[in-house]
Amino acid sequence: MSSESKTQDWSKPVAMAIPKGGYFQDKVEQGRYGPIFPKTPACYGFSILAKIIPGREEVFYKYAKSIEETIAAQPDALAVLQLHYLRWVLFPIKGDTYFMYQGIFDTDFDKYTEDAVTLFGITGLRTVFENLEDFPMDWQTNPAAFIKFVRDHQCPSFLEYAEYPYASATEVKKALKLKAAFSTMLDQMQ
Amino acid sequence: MDLTITHSEVSQTRTVAMLEFEDIQHILLTRAPALAARYEFLSFHNGAGGRAWVSAIREKIHSAASMRAGIDKDKRWVTAAFTWNGLRALGLDEASLTSFPEEFKQGMAARAEMLGDTGLNAPQYWVGGLESSDLHAIVILFARDDAEHDRCVFEHEKVVADCPGVEVLSVLDLKAIPPLDYAHDHFGYRDRLSQPVIEGAGEEPTPGSGDPLKAGEFIVGYPDEQGVVANSPQPKTLARNGSYMAYRRLAEHVGRFRDFLRQHGETAEEQELIAAKLMGRWRSGAPLVLSPDKDDPELGADPQRNNDFNYKEMDPHGYAVPLGAHARRMNPRDTAANMNRRRMIRRGATYGPQLPDGNADDGVERGIAAFIICASLIRQFEFAQNVWANDRNFHELGNERDPIIGAHDGTLEFKIPKRPIRKKIVGLPAFTTVRGGAYFFLPGLKALEYLASLD
Repeated sequence: MSSESKTQDWSKPVAMAIPKGGYFQDKVEQGRYGPIFPKTPACYGFSILAKIIPGREEVFYKYAKSIEETIAAQPDALAVLQLHYLRWVLFPIKGDTYFMYQGIFDTDFDKYTEDAVTLFGITGLRTVFENLEDFPMDWQTNPAAFIKFVRDHQCPSFLEYAEYPYASATEVKKALKLKAAFSTMLDQMQ
Repeated sequence: MDLTITHSEVSQTRTVAMLEFEDIQHILLTRAPALAARYEFLSFHNGAGGRAWVSAIREKIHSAASMRAGIDKDKRWVTAAFTWNGLRALGLDEASLTSFPEEFKQGMAARAEMLGDTGLNAPQYWVGGLESSDLHAIVILFARDDAEHDRCVFEHEKVVADCPGVEVLSVLDLKAIPPLDYAHDHFGYRDRLSQPVIEGAGEEPTPGSGDPLKAGEFIVGYPDEQGVVANSPQPKTLARNGSYMAYRRLAEHVGRFRDFLRQHGETAEEQELIAAKLMGRWRSGAPLVLSPDKDDPELGADPQRNNDFNYKEMDPHGYAVPLGAHARRMNPRDTAANMNRRRMIRRGATYGPQLPDGNADDGVERGIAAFIICASLIRQFEFAQNVWANDRNFHELGNERDPIIGAHDGTLEFKIPKRPIRKKIVGLPAFTTVRGGAYFFLPGLKALEYLASLD
């Protein structure tokens, strides 16, 4: 159980307003690649927004199918990222198409950046990023440029809310396992 | 457009690289059979003096090849490495200086908070001028015995005296502590049990140590475990066969450690078990995974068996090795992703006098002073410090850090899984304190000549 969830009441929903810029200036934690966006009741996360290279929309839809197949074949493919949810969105602004990649994690992204870069190659996620404007095509030999792109395109939240604050995915899964185990136990008692 | 890009695309360079043994400094590939050592930390007040020193010291340095050739007769082995400020002081141009990785440019002291060097570990308390931008170089002497150590110290004094503007900021003398038949620290833990092997270096990994790793994980300019050659500093002459070293001087509080064991174990056996749980191995080196209930010194001393285990299948819940134990944090083996991208080579020695069993702490500083060698400080060393050692929630542990090297202020815990109920130790004290550290670039021998020849 995480230290936060021991001190926080998971049964009481919490909303947290976040200052402009995404950081609480009096307690900015430094990560290896720069300041870390704070943990909120909705855990850690990112929202990366970037313009796609015109005419490349179809690539994104094909990519979605390939990720679906990857996870079906290997459900723990993204386990290292300690994820709750990922969302990929395409939306129009003044005739251009923009891409939003939003993730909710139990760890700050800075800690496992290199693992994410590795997954990036393995899962084919590179395919969508390589179709974004200004993405460094030498990302494989130049991880610093990759990380800079991600940081430059991160749009921090100004408000986050959680129905069950600070609970990690592991804790949620443990609770569900316990529930299933109790059901089995009750069945055995019949 | 191809949407199914796989790892195989970047794997075309996965052939064994030919290592240039004549150009690689020996410390990268071979451990010196030394019982004494000395580290000298230098400052160059003018470029010409610094370059004269580089030129003189170059003549004393063994390559990996020459060390292997003379290992039976040679009595001393020397290594030289430089901070980013040191490269500037030697006259390296701005374009080259800019091409080094950001974390190396900033230096260890500037990255203290992220590394967990806070509280009493903070750079403001470091000794020997290591936190200063005046720290420019280190020369490492490994000597076979005390007499050779003393002779080399005298010789180096003469070299420095002949190089105007070169100042020795501080020195640290190191010595193996008894019993001398195996390497161990002041707490009594056997050392040097799990070292990676570089592919092409001619060594066989011991059972359980994994396959040899691509040279690019440790040496700049070679393909790494992802099959690519990462961006290198410029020019190539400078970068080729180089590496990075993170230096850590870690004081070990032996009296406090022994008090802790006595507090949490009534009998000698219980105290040994607590010591083993903190480390993940018995002090003899025997892995808890293979010998969970009692020590097995023979197993601990047997390199064919003492590293041959995993965690995922053999100890998933940590009943043998707690999830937060030092060895399990610093080498999670099959329970971490991309382990081959996080390995490091460790060299070093103990300093300070041994505290005899039963003696009260005498207040004298003693500890280990080690070099962590890797091709990427940020991906390897800093990851290990920031995540493995100091992430309070590593493995969902909550409020724990590495019990041996994590940053402790007396408020953290250490949990020992046990049926039916785990044991939780609260208020874990700091067993170690960082007394200094720095990032160095370890050039190849031709690169040393290049540095010596700068205008």
